[in-house]
Amino acid sequence: MEILEKTDKIHEDMLKTFEQKIDRGDAIEPRGHMPDGYRKHLLRQISQHAHSEVIGMQPEGNWITRAPSLRAKQILLAKIQDEGGHGLYLYSAAETLGISREEMIDQLHSGKAKYSNIFNYPALTWADIGAIGWLVDGAAIVNQVSLQRTSYGPYSRAMVRICKEESFHQRQGYEIMAKMMKGTKDQQAMAQDAMNRWWWPSLMMFGPHDTESPHTGDAVKWKIKRQSNDELRQKFIDKTVQQAEVIGLTIPDKDLKWNEDKRHYDHGPINWDEFYRVINGNGQCNKQRMAHHIKVHNAGAWVRAAAEAYRQKKEKQLLHL
Amino acid sequence: MTEQDALYKYCLRLGDDALIHSYRLSEWCSNAPILEEDLALTNFALDMIGRAQLLLTYAGQLEGKGRTDDDLAYRRSEREYFNHLLLELPNGDFAHTIARLLFSSVWEYYFFNELQHSRDTTLAAIAAKTVKEVKYHMAHATDWAIRLGDGTEESNHRMQKAIDDLWMYTGELFETDEQTAILRDKNIAADMAMIKAKWRQEIERIIGEATLTMPKDEYMQTGSSTGIHTEYLGHILSEMQYLQRAYPEATW
Repeated sequence: MEILEKTDKIHEDMLKTFEQKIDRGDAIEPRGHMPDGYRKHLLRQISQHAHSEVIGMQPEGNWITRAPSLRAKQILLAKIQDEGGHGLYLYSAAETLGISREEMIDQLHSGKAKYSNIFNYPALTWADIGAIGWLVDGAAIVNQVSLQRTSYGPYSRAMVRICKEESFHQRQGYEIMAKMMKGTKDQQAMAQDAMNRWWWPSLMMFGPHDTESPHTGDAVKWKIKRQSNDELRQKFIDKTVQQAEVIGLTIPDKDLKWNEDKRHYDHGPINWDEFYRVINGNGQCNKQRMAHHIKVHNAGAWVRAAAEAYRQKKEKQLLHL
Repeated sequence: MTEQDALYKYCLRLGDDALIHSYRLSEWCSNAPILEEDLALTNFALDMIGRAQLLLTYAGQLEGKGRTDDDLAYRRSEREYFNHLLLELPNGDFAHTIARLLFSSVWEYYFFNELQHSRDTTLAAIAAKTVKEVKYHMAHATDWAIRLGDGTEESNHRMQKAIDDLWMYTGELFETDEQTAILRDKNIAADMAMIKAKWRQEIERIIGEATLTMPKDEYMQTGSSTGIHTEYLGHILSEMQYLQRAYPEATW
């Protein structure tokens, strides 16, 4: 009995220390105590974030071989490479919580782990590469800038590095759109078409309205999430509307207007039926993205096995020296 | 053929090599066996695009018709391309991609090492920059060739098949013709006989360490120096050039 009471007391103290750290705004580090719910929430969020970076390479990779100039190809390749690198930092950050990359990939393949819904939309024309960089990465940055202050140290540090590179991505996307809007009628039409298709899905990237978001409560208490979905979405809209105006693109929302009292743009209703339809597997590319990831992973199994066999062989040889 | 014409064609060919090989490597994006490898292969592709830009820009200047690197990359047709056949072949499995990278990067290493001493200072400067990059490509290809050759039974078979399949495309790397002869006389081009000997020695060493067998020297494919390619090049160009050809008035 005494022992049990002691253990309870220890747990209580650890939780108290954790909560005090959170209240003070100190970073939580991998070796420190954290409640199970905190660990689970982070694992889910960081692995989803990592998978998003990796799955996001598919729609953009789809245009590397067709990039219309050497410079455009170079920039796109460098950008996709950055995304892969972000995937690596984030997998490492998640690994500090006691999960391996292999397990995370298994969870992705089984459907247990998710990736950002936005990548279930197809990249149909070159202008989509502009729209993805400008709008999708633009939305991601707003979220990631906020996550730089997230309470988990490894995640927050990964975000600091990622944000530095993401702002370059957004400029790259915007530059593609700006160039096309200065170009021929065909190019302008292509850019506007991409804008029309990517605007609303980009707004959905911030997730359901605050009143509907099931994960917000704990995440806010634990300072994993520092700003709400709607706050972040509003930030994105406010900065993007002006950028669109500068290059002559029209935002496909007839209800969009400046609200002088709130000092923000008001926007029309978001089609949440579409959001849930895509999240539940019926986007155009859900099956395609996952089938591709699984196919590539399986096709590479013999290479990973060879690398492991070779490593073991060399290790044995070293031991016998 | 004047020295200027010969040099134009020489640079064009080296530029095409870099461009077409980068195209193939970039196809590994989202397709590699592990994420780290995805990044490595596309990183090499990036180096090669940079090299293609330098060489094609210089080729355009030598030609004197005002064509830019993009004009040369995006507005020439199959018969006007001069990259070596080896570099345009489909990626195949990872072993084939590594075998190609091994053959070409060892060749490039010795080739650009020589070309650093070219009397043409622009070419010499491009070569000096390239050698630094190619060292990494060569180290990476060598490591993988050995790992796959000396890994599992399956990887050994695949690696052996890859070097056997691609061997007949390596002869072309050492061909000389009228244009290279002109440039050799002026100490502008590299000495192929010497490069061939070094290449062969290094490839033999790596293949030995990888517990693989050297392929037999049988018939070697040829043709790219006169713009005769495999069927694969046409598909690369139709995909790569699609936007520039479909919207000829547009700039991107």
